[in-house]
Amino acid sequence: MNHLDLLTFARGSALNWALIIFVAGTVLRLFEIFGLSRKPDLARPRIDSPGSGWRTMFTRSIPPQGMLKRDPVTYIGGYAFHLGLFLAIFFFAPHIEFFRSISGLSWRALPSALVDASVVAAIVSLIVLLAHRLNNPVKRMLSTFGDYLAWTVTFLPLLTGYMAYHHLFVEYTLMLALHIFSVELLLVLLPFTKLFHTFSVFVSRWYNGDFFGRKGVAS
Amino acid sequence: MKQKQMMDALPGTVGEGLAQRGVDRREFLKFCTAMTAMLALPPSMAGVMAEAIAKARRQSVIWLSFQECTGCTESITRSHSPTLETLIFDLISLDYHHTLQAASGAAAEHAREQAMKDNDGKYLLIVDGSIPMGNAGYSCIAGISNYDMLVETAKGAVAIVAVGTCATYGGIPKADPNPTGAVSVSDIVKDKPIINVPGCPPIPVVMTGVLAHFLTFGNIPELDALGRPKSFYGETIHDRCYRRPFYDQGKFAETFDDEAARKGWCLFKLGCKGPVTYNACATTKWNEGTSFPIESGHGCIGCSEPNFWDAGPLYKALSMPVSATGSMLGAAAAAGAAAGVAVTWYNRSTKAQAKATHAKVTVQELTREEK
Repeated sequence: MNHLDLLTFARGSALNWALIIFVAGTVLRLFEIFGLSRKPDLARPRIDSPGSGWRTMFTRSIPPQGMLKRDPVTYIGGYAFHLGLFLAIFFFAPHIEFFRSISGLSWRALPSALVDASVVAAIVSLIVLLAHRLNNPVKRMLSTFGDYLAWTVTFLPLLTGYMAYHHLFVEYTLMLALHIFSVELLLVLLPFTKLFHTFSVFVSRWYNGDFFGRKGVAS
Repeated sequence: MKQKQMMDALPGTVGEGLAQRGVDRREFLKFCTAMTAMLALPPSMAGVMAEAIAKARRQSVIWLSFQECTGCTESITRSHSPTLETLIFDLISLDYHHTLQAASGAAAEHAREQAMKDNDGKYLLIVDGSIPMGNAGYSCIAGISNYDMLVETAKGAVAIVAVGTCATYGGIPKADPNPTGAVSVSDIVKDKPIINVPGCPPIPVVMTGVLAHFLTFGNIPELDALGRPKSFYGETIHDRCYRRPFYDQGKFAETFDDEAARKGWCLFKLGCKGPVTYNACATTKWNEGTSFPIESGHGCIGCSEPNFWDAGPLYKALSMPVSATGSMLGAAAAAGAAAGVAVTWYNRSTKAQAKATHAKVTVQELTREEK
């Protein structure tokens, strides 16, 4: 199998299966989470705090007073990584073509150089965050295999995409195939690992905000 | 003043042929300089090449055509540096070629056999077209199957040049479902040096350039992992494309006739396979350096890559899935939903069962464990 055959396989059957597992897995997990249901809270809310859940969805993205100074690596690294990854996924012209072919929707791309810079920011952030995770005793203690797995499968598409774009070390066709394979690995694992926070983060924030609001904790 | 003729040419050599045809040394050096440039050799090699070619005996060449469309021959007849005439009359002795030879029938086959006998172990074999491994009757010449003719002719060849994507990698005849069981030359011949010159068709100057290299150095040029000369197939079309800056700036044609297309913006979104295609089109160009497909407004279809015909739709961008569709994803979502309902039902029934079997325990019933 030559490099072009490998790329055709990556864009063909391999991608089909990865997408099927990703979509089916995501819907399955959403049903599972929402289907759990909770007992109705019969207690009267402590204070009236309408919209506490909705507010929390956004306020949790802003560091609480003093926290940015206490843990700048986690906050700044987290912002840089998530923003860089978001721009790379949704604003690189070839990626928009991918979304267009599946959904029919398209939007304006950013210049490749800008996307490139955001990818570098995301890669550097991920490396710094990993180093911090390993060096900080609390973070290290809290980390499980799932965290390192999530880090690896997120890091690989960024790294392979960067290497493909810059023609580094490996022949381009092969590198592009490896990049697509790494994305497929991410797609397959996303619904079943901590990476599912992509879909659940705002739901759980709403739930926490609402829950704490009822107990009288300001959001 | 008339230029100095090729002097001191030995009988039977290329030099003699050139002298007879009134080719002067300056003209010949010009040709050699162009060739060294194309082959990515240092300029000082032009003199060496001139000397080597002039002293070389005209190379006997046998050209076999199997499952092909004659496009490769059409292409080489449009070669301009050297021209086909120069190639045939001065540089090589084309002893057998269906389309170009005057002889036909038994006389033609006799020419091949004679050339094989006279130049045993020394002739160059050029092959275009793939070889059917299914029914031998799919393609045969003078009652001889393509496979048998290739094996027989390859035995006495000093080297083999596979021209065109059919001979190099199977090409269109090999495209799914490959009804004839087509294979490439390198799938059959394992014990001879093979130079792959893929393309559908290959660029004429690439074909003649490879021959010039062989005549000059008597060996085959440096090849890549797919057997292609690195000097012509070392870089992708995309990397040498004059539209590359538009790709970097994110400026793309959306259709073949929009404003962006008229401005000459990048054709990536229209399915250009330039980024994964190794060939010299963007540098040597076609038709005496006039243009190449992308310059004419059409994306590269990747014709010099193995199995290009089965590498996804020609008009889909490289980053697009080959076959994934929205309805496929819709079906996956429906399957996920069905599985989700089943899981939810299971979870709830487990919960209900636990509730039903839950036995209440009063404080009085609890006993302290003795230590």
